[in-house]
Amino acid sequence: MIALLLRDLRLAIRSGGGFGLGLAFFLILVVLVPFGVGPQSDILSRIAPGILWVGALLACLLSLDRIFALDYEDGSLDLLATAPVPLEGMVAIKALAHWLTTGLPLTLAAPLLGVLLNMPLQNMGWLVLTLGLGTPALSFIGTFGAALTVGIKRGGLLLSLLVLPMYVPTLIFGAEALRRGSEGLEATAPLLLLAGITAGAISLLPFAAAAAIRINIR
Amino acid sequence: MHMECIVSDLACMRGGVPVLTGVRFDLAAGQCLLLRGPNGIGKTTLLRTLAGLQPALAGTVSLDREAFAYAGHADGLKATLTVRENLQFWADVYGTGSIDQALTAFNLSALADRAAHNLSAGQKRRLGLARLLVTGRKIWALDEPTVSLDTASVALFAEAIKTHCAAGGAALIATHIELGFTADVLDLTPFKATADSSAAHSDGFDEAFL
Repeated sequence: MIALLLRDLRLAIRSGGGFGLGLAFFLILVVLVPFGVGPQSDILSRIAPGILWVGALLACLLSLDRIFALDYEDGSLDLLATAPVPLEGMVAIKALAHWLTTGLPLTLAAPLLGVLLNMPLQNMGWLVLTLGLGTPALSFIGTFGAALTVGIKRGGLLLSLLVLPMYVPTLIFGAEALRRGSEGLEATAPLLLLAGITAGAISLLPFAAAAAIRINIR
Repeated sequence: MHMECIVSDLACMRGGVPVLTGVRFDLAAGQCLLLRGPNGIGKTTLLRTLAGLQPALAGTVSLDREAFAYAGHADGLKATLTVRENLQFWADVYGTGSIDQALTAFNLSALADRAAHNLSAGQKRRLGLARLLVTGRKIWALDEPTVSLDTASVALFAEAIKTHCAAGGAALIATHIELGFTADVLDLTPFKATADSSAAHSDGFDEAFL
């Protein structure tokens, strides 16, 4: 299992691995928004939580179809399915590798980009906290979506359509917790719900994803 | 003699259509069995069914999946990893230690630090076959293992199979060519599923949607 994690991380950072893809998209979005919205700093700081969360979500979505598609095409998915690693564990490791290469860098880069959106410095803690809590759910839900569409050529469109509705609750509670936290309001309820979604996704979705893969590689 | 694998009355399907029915054979330790038959007869389907990648339509397979290693058409290589990294990954997954013996057996030692995308088709295949050696499994199931191999590499492969069988292993190989050693042959042509046998397995439920 550790070997699989190391392999996926190594593949991600080698050429064509797509490690910088999500991060670059996030950067582009956040840099472009002030140009589109205009220079009024009060508007920017008001929409910053929403923009950062939507940006993180879309950046995550961008790299989802790589999770299983590449392994399916070169035959390693069949070999992994017959290897002495439980398929559920394999899926969970792949989701973890996806989070380590997209969710975690996004979370760490977000405070820097928050500055571009005129986000007050004292709110950066909330930004990192909500993204850190929410992005694992994005990776695990996305891995489930990728497992559902694994045998489909150019399944990216179907994948995004399948996954987006499942991302909405994470987005709502994540952005809400960040907004309330930033405005100094009580944010425990959305934070708990966000953590609940993440815990549920991590504990349940690997089983669903493994079942989907078993069917898709028949 | 102890049987590594006993298959009786097995029926398999591909894409929801039964292709083979009533397949029966035994595989003993030390035995190498060649699967023959025209294209589309279901050699790959049979091997995938034995590997547990797809369910059998009928019949039983008595087989220890923990002793079984499957190698399909595709080698499952990662282009950006080196030969050594590709092989070491599988050695780690299967919990076997050293890969040096496998590198030597398939004449890959000189290529160990090359990225897999720089290999020729035959070299990639050799790397794919070397993976079987690092699995440490007793029963090998190989699907067209000699595709894109030259005669010298086929000889290397035959040598690896002979060594494996001599050490108490067993091999099940779907192939069209002569491997240069004597082995038992199972022709799958008589087991081709007919319309009658298909109807016998049909329970009115469309498996294609599962």
